[in-house]
Amino acid sequence: MPLFGKKAQETASVTYISDAGAVTRVDVPLGDSVMEGAIKNGIDGIVAECGGACMCATCHVYVDPSWLDRLPPMQEDENAMLESTASPRHANSRLSCQLRVTSDFDGLVVTTPPTQQ
Amino acid sequence: MKSVVIVGAGQAGFQTAASLRMEGFDGGITLIGEEPHLPYQRPPLSKAFLAGKQDASHLPFRPERFYSDHSIDLELSQSVVAIGRASRRVALAGRRMVDYDVLVLATGARVRKLSMSGALYLRDIDDAIQIKARLEPAGSVAIVGGGFIGLEVASVARAMGKSVTVVEAQDRLMPRCIAPVVSDFFLELHRREGVNIVLNSTAIPAADLTIAGIGVIPNTELAQAAGLAVRNGIVVDAFLKTSDPNIFAIGDCAEMNGVRLESVQNAADQAKCIAAQIVHGPAEYKAVPWFWTDQFDIKLQMAGIWSPRLRAVVRGSVEARRFSVYYFDGERLAAADSINSPGDHVKARKLLASGEKLEL
Repeated sequence: MPLFGKKAQETASVTYISDAGAVTRVDVPLGDSVMEGAIKNGIDGIVAECGGACMCATCHVYVDPSWLDRLPPMQEDENAMLESTASPRHANSRLSCQLRVTSDFDGLVVTTPPTQQ
Repeated sequence: MKSVVIVGAGQAGFQTAASLRMEGFDGGITLIGEEPHLPYQRPPLSKAFLAGKQDASHLPFRPERFYSDHSIDLELSQSVVAIGRASRRVALAGRRMVDYDVLVLATGARVRKLSMSGALYLRDIDDAIQIKARLEPAGSVAIVGGGFIGLEVASVARAMGKSVTVVEAQDRLMPRCIAPVVSDFFLELHRREGVNIVLNSTAIPAADLTIAGIGVIPNTELAQAAGLAVRNGIVVDAFLKTSDPNIFAIGDCAEMNGVRLESVQNAADQAKCIAAQIVHGPAEYKAVPWFWTDQFDIKLQMAGIWSPRLRAVVRGSVEARRFSVYYFDGERLAAADSINSPGDHVKARKLLASGEKLEL
């Protein structure tokens, strides 16, 4: 698939923990979202139905509390859409499509909720 | 063990395959697409991808390994030429046959074309790549059709500094889907940004590049040839079944209660509905429609279906570019358009789903 290919580049390590406790560590290219890091690596706990347009709330994650203050602040649309998640919203809820990975994300840990829809 | 064959690998077809596995379906799944590319998202083609803010690596729904990991037989560059309803098999070009227990028609739609030659159209990734390449050296761009696609392309082209003219045959923008008050807002927005908008016109001005977004034609020929009921789309009942109980139709190609929608939401929710039905048994399709468009720095989010007979109530400030328009059928909320007001949009979707009364 050369059309969809991407050349090697810098990454940050992101760890995804499923609701059942399965741990997957992924090197996510800088500039990709935390959502893309999941779907490009076969992590099924993230659905991302709208493709990252902040319209569907099916890429909901719980961010490890130690990371909450280190992530970019939430915009109004993310905050609004988090009101319609299928699993309960908590203080550490984020939409992973809105978390665009920078080098500061290296070591981030997120947990996917029991259900996305 | 059943086998499901899905014709069309766009949003609806992809989601059917993915949702079947998510629901625990363990039969065969064949997903057949005409394009050579992995199934991918279309909304960015007229937005971030065209603007150069997102490259093609962000477009596929899932990487190639997703299909093998989930035992989905992905048949790309393949077209289905006939449906054998009695034998329950489809024929591919090249005469190969694929048997089904359940057939899903997610054949989508194709662009409507102008009678003039030389215009470009935007539907698939190859169209978008071509438009992007032609846009870069162009000084002036003529856009035929003031609908969502035309106006999204206009805003991208204008942001690149092109001289942009949009001609719309009707007396307002996006006339099929939104109310006049919202059309007026977008007319003002585009004009302020320097887009030349010509309403009530079909005269196409001379330009370096002409792009037309004048609607689509649903791909119903396969269904029609198989004797299925077809009107403005493949006719389906409340369960998304066609006139053949072994065949569903979903997404852009399907018409339910006289309505045929072209949207991510419609494609994905219909796909999830039939995947759940195949695994768990019959359930009616009841999702609330939603849609969005990005033009310049404005995000318009729509919930429900607008129609001209609905009463419009504006809340918020049009001048501050932050408002919602609620549409009522009597006392009942039927639709809402939100401009830079995502909280209103989410609330409207919830109210439309629950049927609760809106207090304004």
